Amino acid sequence: MESIAKARKICHLLLRFLAFGATLSAVIVMATSHEKASVLVFQVEAKYTNTPAFKYFVIANSVVTVYGFLILFLPPESLLWRLAAATDLVFTMLLVSSISAALAIAQVGKKGNSHAAWLPICNSVPKFCNQVTGALVVGAIALIIYMLLLLNSIHRVLDPVIFRKC
Amino acid sequence: MASRDVEKLDLSFSGVPDKPKKDWVIVSLRILAFLATASATLVMALNKQNKHFVVATIGTTPITVSITAKFQHTPAFIFFVIANGVASLHSLVMIGVDILGPQFDYKGLKPVLIPILDMMSLVLASAGDGAATFMSELGRNGNSHARWDKICDKFESYCNRGGAALIASFIAIILLLVITVMSIHKLKPKK
Repeated sequence: MESIAKARKICHLLLRFLAFGATLSAVIVMATSHEKASVLVFQVEAKYTNTPAFKYFVIANSVVTVYGFLILFLPPESLLWRLAAATDLVFTMLLVSSISAALAIAQVGKKGNSHAAWLPICNSVPKFCNQVTGALVVGAIALIIYMLLLLNSIHRVLDPVIFRKC
Repeated sequence: MASRDVEKLDLSFSGVPDKPKKDWVIVSLRILAFLATASATLVMALNKQNKHFVVATIGTTPITVSITAKFQHTPAFIFFVIANGVASLHSLVMIGVDILGPQFDYKGLKPVLIPILDMMSLVLASAGDGAATFMSELGRNGNSHARWDKICDKFESYCNRGGAALIASFIAIILLLVITVMSIHKLKPKK
């Protein structure tokens, strides 16, 4: 019976570590994406700071990374898990909105918008586009893990007896 | 004295069990959230603007081209409309459940389903909001690095109406967050 409780704890810690790793890699992949290209006669450099949506993505994911790192050290029996449930909800919402915003702008960059005469830029900077796509995929994985963690922490707050028994 | 005591005893042992108190706070919050999400959906869905541009002049007759700005041109706004529509539908169903609820027996998984659905609609509305906000920021300011021109100087009322829909959606998100926290709190077993 002890082993099931221990397995639960290890599983939970592993999930939190995976979430921390996922958001960290999303930040790193998005922040190191830049590419120089020459369009017509101009020298164009594509960086993540060109668009406020990508900046928001990097900032949101770094905040969640710091939070994920700090929460790895919370002892399992402390009373602060109620606060952790609330902050989990807020940070999941933050992750969702950041991924959705970056996805919207990246879609315009890849397909363009003929009605507004916005040309797609992915043809001139393919490496940048691929790296942004990779960052978004990792961000989506982090979002799924955070949703599971949210359900887990709400369950832990409402039914602490089950977590202490085997 | 004795008769008054007897009367007091009669009133306290009336024999009728108390009906569970209906929670008017959550119901009124859900009605407000339904109004906010429904107005965001409607304002964005009916967002359209025609404008005539003079393209060239042959002799004395100008050739005008009519360009329309619709919300369907942008996938982010389509997602915004769908997400807020789903959230308003969810609020409507939850109002019905809250008003007709105490008649049915809640057993098993059903009490947990309400906060889970609340959370899902909150997450969906938040995603729609994020996408539409940055899309309209792009439309208002353009992007010089990618050579994308801004469109809001030509389509003023389209942009203003989109902004109003966004504000309504932000209010709806705050209300949905409060509703979610309250319905999670309701799950706590009463001592």
